[in-house]
Amino acid sequence: MLVADRLIKDFGPHRAVADVSFSLERGEVLGFLGPNGAGKTTTMRMLAGGLEPDGGKATIAGYDCIADRLEAQRRLGYLPEGAPAYPAMTPRTFVAFSLRARGFAGDALKRANAMALDRASLGDYADQPIGTLSKGYKRRAALAAAIAHDPPVLVLDEPTDGLDPNQKDGVRQLIRDMAPDKAIIISTHILEEVPAVCSRAIVIANGRLLFDGSPRELAQTVPAGRIEDAFRSLTAPRPGTEAAA
Amino acid sequence: MHTLFAVYRRELAAYFLTPLAYVFMAVFAFTAPAFAFHVGRFFDTNRADLAPLFDYLPWLLVVLMPALAMRSWAEERDRGTLEFLMALPIPLWASAAGKFLAAWSVAALALVLTMPMWVAVNYLGSPDNAAIATGYLGTLLLAGGYLAVGQALSATTANQVVAFVLGTGAAFLLTMAGLPFVLSALGQNAPAAVSEFVAGLSALDHYNAFRHGVIGLPDLVYFLGLIVVSLTIAGVLIAERRGGGR
Repeated sequence: MLVADRLIKDFGPHRAVADVSFSLERGEVLGFLGPNGAGKTTTMRMLAGGLEPDGGKATIAGYDCIADRLEAQRRLGYLPEGAPAYPAMTPRTFVAFSLRARGFAGDALKRANAMALDRASLGDYADQPIGTLSKGYKRRAALAAAIAHDPPVLVLDEPTDGLDPNQKDGVRQLIRDMAPDKAIIISTHILEEVPAVCSRAIVIANGRLLFDGSPRELAQTVPAGRIEDAFRSLTAPRPGTEAAA
Repeated sequence: MHTLFAVYRRELAAYFLTPLAYVFMAVFAFTAPAFAFHVGRFFDTNRADLAPLFDYLPWLLVVLMPALAMRSWAEERDRGTLEFLMALPIPLWASAAGKFLAAWSVAALALVLTMPMWVAVNYLGSPDNAAIATGYLGTLLLAGGYLAVGQALSATTANQVVAFVLGTGAAFLLTMAGLPFVLSALGQNAPAAVSEFVAGLSALDHYNAFRHGVIGLPDLVYFLGLIVVSLTIAGVLIAERRGGGR
């Protein structure tokens, strides 16, 4: 469903993503883990067609994210980092814009819009300007726009960042509900989220892929069997060397 | 086409959801006649036409069109919504054209607000209404040209003030290029081909043809060409961002 094939991205002399490859099938929820600046967001932007790789390629449902960008993007729901949204719009008009750009109109648009707002639990806030909403509701509005067209692939950059514990639970439940018929990739700093939501985990640091396996396998890479320790041992810079250099 | 319409609708709503369109139209509706009455001496000319209005509109557009255009891409970059927009299955030409047509619609609406003057000259005398209509068409095309240039420059920065200053500077140069003193200075100091070329670039020159009631093919081609080329540049600049500064 989603394939990253030896993705490379350079920013000037800095290699942000180096030879990252993985693939994802329907029914999988992939947790994309790594310290700040590891290359998670850069990789996700390449999958979303917002950034061209300098090497390798990414495909969604068989469509190249650059050469067949529009076809790939039709099958993708993307929540960018920081969940940007137009502050003067309401969640309802924001989601409607996203749907209209994807060819929805009339009753189909209204139905998809109402369902997305409901799934993202916008409630009474669906008709207030996004600029007046709290960070959590703003993120839900952006999430509603990402899932409204029921795409087979979801790329969500830190979907639970800035949410309170109840809201986090709500989003995790939403991801679990959607999981059976979608390929979902989420980036997160919250390691406890991984066993709770993800069927698979990838760890990346300094642009390189360090681990790809189930959350259980990740935990078992250290004797204590804890994901936090495994993450630290994989990504912490070792004295005298650069991590994963 | 549905993508262009989606962007057009969103952009038009954005102008009217914020005070921007209302402030813009109020300023336009007040300033344009003020120029015509006070600077253009509308009544003293004793002629039933809108020449005093059309004389000063280009200079008003030099400032007001970049004000309308400055947000188009700079705001998207500043707020991070460009990332969202670029992940939607919208071809870049549709984004650029949708943004342009929305701003152009606001400009057209502002022009409509000067039409009571047209009614007034018809009440006071019998003007050449076809020539006035042609003048309005020329003004609309001139406004479109400045808007498109302003939107191309808005794509170069994430700062709206910078976009405004660049847009005003470019519109000012395009207007100035056709003024007699610029051309005569060039005529004395540069080869004839250069001054002809500069005169050909001048928006004012092509605008004046419309003001005299003539819809000439070269003038139409000039304005439509200016719009298409500028929007293409905006599209290319935004497409470049996919390269990530490569």
